[in-house]
Amino acid sequence: MSYLEIRQLEKSFGANRVVKDFSLQIEKGEFISLLGPSGCGKTTVLRMVAGFETPSAGAIVIDGQDVTDLRPNQRNIGMVFQSYALFPNLTVAQNVGFGLKVAGKPRAEIEQSVQEMLDLIGLSAFGGRFPFQLSGGQQQRVALARALAVRPRVLLLDEPLSALDAKIRVSLRAEIREIQKRMGITTLFVTHDQEEALSMSDRVVVMNGGIAEQVGEPFQIYNRPATKFVADFVGTLNTFEAVVQAPETGQVTLGDTRFALAQPVTAARGQTIALALRPEAVHLTAHPSRDVTLAATITEVAFMGSVIRIKADAGGRTVSLDMFNHPHSPPPPVAAKVTLNIASGDFIQLN
Amino acid sequence: MTRILSWAALILGLLYFFLPLAGMVEFSMKMRRGVYSFDAYATVLGDQQFQETFGYSTMMALATIVFGVLLVVPTAYLVRLKLPQARPYIEFVTLLPLVIPAIVIVFGYIRLYNTSSWLPLTGTPMGTNLLLMMGYSALALPYMYRAVDTGLRTIDVGTLTEAAQSLGAGWVTILARVILPNVLVAVLSGAFLTFAIVIGEFTMAALLNRPAFGPYMQVLGANRAYEPPALAAIAFVITWACMGLIQLVTRFTKYTRAQN
Repeated sequence: MSYLEIRQLEKSFGANRVVKDFSLQIEKGEFISLLGPSGCGKTTVLRMVAGFETPSAGAIVIDGQDVTDLRPNQRNIGMVFQSYALFPNLTVAQNVGFGLKVAGKPRAEIEQSVQEMLDLIGLSAFGGRFPFQLSGGQQQRVALARALAVRPRVLLLDEPLSALDAKIRVSLRAEIREIQKRMGITTLFVTHDQEEALSMSDRVVVMNGGIAEQVGEPFQIYNRPATKFVADFVGTLNTFEAVVQAPETGQVTLGDTRFALAQPVTAARGQTIALALRPEAVHLTAHPSRDVTLAATITEVAFMGSVIRIKADAGGRTVSLDMFNHPHSPPPPVAAKVTLNIASGDFIQLN
Repeated sequence: MTRILSWAALILGLLYFFLPLAGMVEFSMKMRRGVYSFDAYATVLGDQQFQETFGYSTMMALATIVFGVLLVVPTAYLVRLKLPQARPYIEFVTLLPLVIPAIVIVFGYIRLYNTSSWLPLTGTPMGTNLLLMMGYSALALPYMYRAVDTGLRTIDVGTLTEAAQSLGAGWVTILARVILPNVLVAVLSGAFLTFAIVIGEFTMAALLNRPAFGPYMQVLGANRAYEPPALAAIAFVITWACMGLIQLVTRFTKYTRAQN
């Protein structure tokens, strides 16, 4: 029995179905990301769990209790917003203690909890300050402490890092994950940033058009995308069209090259199927395991530091490839004739 | 050149405003023949009726402010949160007291709540006071509503409400601990305007026959020479003190300092 269970959730605004038949089971202490483009319904799912939106159909069960019809203030859920939403009239300590005060806890207990929370987020000395005296990253940490102070059953994070600048975003990412692990709190995290979702989560839910396209661990989502949308949305992708030669053995031809895919193909002989390839699976150097070769011309070289991002033209098709920087071998110049080497097992079949 | 012109315009404006006031104050200090004195002020301030009527109007003003805050803050908040499309209509309604003369309102009250009606409020002094307070609230509504609504615009009402809800707060807690403190400066400026309106109001108090400050000023003005300008000067000082208080409160609210 899972801790947080979302059963066949539906939400329509007028004739517009925003969330369609969405089901998800989350174990206690798990960190789940809802990833998708804007308008995919991820925030609506989160807001239904929080109780700010009423589902058109379906149920939300937390720890065996059906909370679908409970008001937000009865659900014991912690929420962190993109815009921080700290109470501007209260100090940092009063903000963190707000939930406990509302719950009518004795003052000594509130003070102790607030101090613990401020220690946890590394802002012990800031209790007497007002929110406007803090930076964005500090404000968001206070918002996290405020949400956690009431010991909620579930923590909901609604794009908490989107309003911060890049450096803070990366460091706060790690900090949130560490605090989440330490407190063992079940967390639902909404983001449109795939890097955030992949780096922080136990499991990622990729959403599109109100449905969950794929649910899985980050490694699985990235390397074995189930649908074309997931493959496209998560990471960069090269797509190819190959002609099936022998479905049962996975034999296909791509241009003039014939090779076998890792799995058998469902399409019939002579049909065209879509294959995808991550940029890091394409190499300029030959290796016995890289059995597929394509002649190409370099069209673009972007040196990004540790990674070099190259675009090449292979028979009229643009192929992106990533290679690591090596101090002793500079990247190939634009217009150079090269051979792309690919291991046939790295091709992903798209449904 | 433009600098000189703008200074000239400013000085002209100040003269236009202050000369009559200076004349009035000068006249009010001429009660004793040949020398300037504060005799007229002493007479006014020492007058028992002045103290009584001013005290009565102050009490009425405070009651009006409390009632106005309790009426306007939740209304403006809920309209912003739940019915944003109704805002223009609510704004129109709150502006009506500027268009409808006070005398119409008070005659309406007297017709509706006289001693032979189903709710004979005018039958007792307390009932009449209540009626007067309602009338004052209506008069102050345009200022109060606008002030509070502007205050609400400066905070993210929706998200703050949701944050408070997720922390377990109910509606009363949200209003009292989150919304009201954050629009306090706006509420106070509305409150001071209400105070100024109530202190000077004549029509309603006179027709409901309550011992308020407005009718007292009128009686005094009709019967005495030196005291009315003294009274007017006092009224000006009170009004300016109110405006000064608004400024002071704005400045001393710690958390709004960075926003201004």
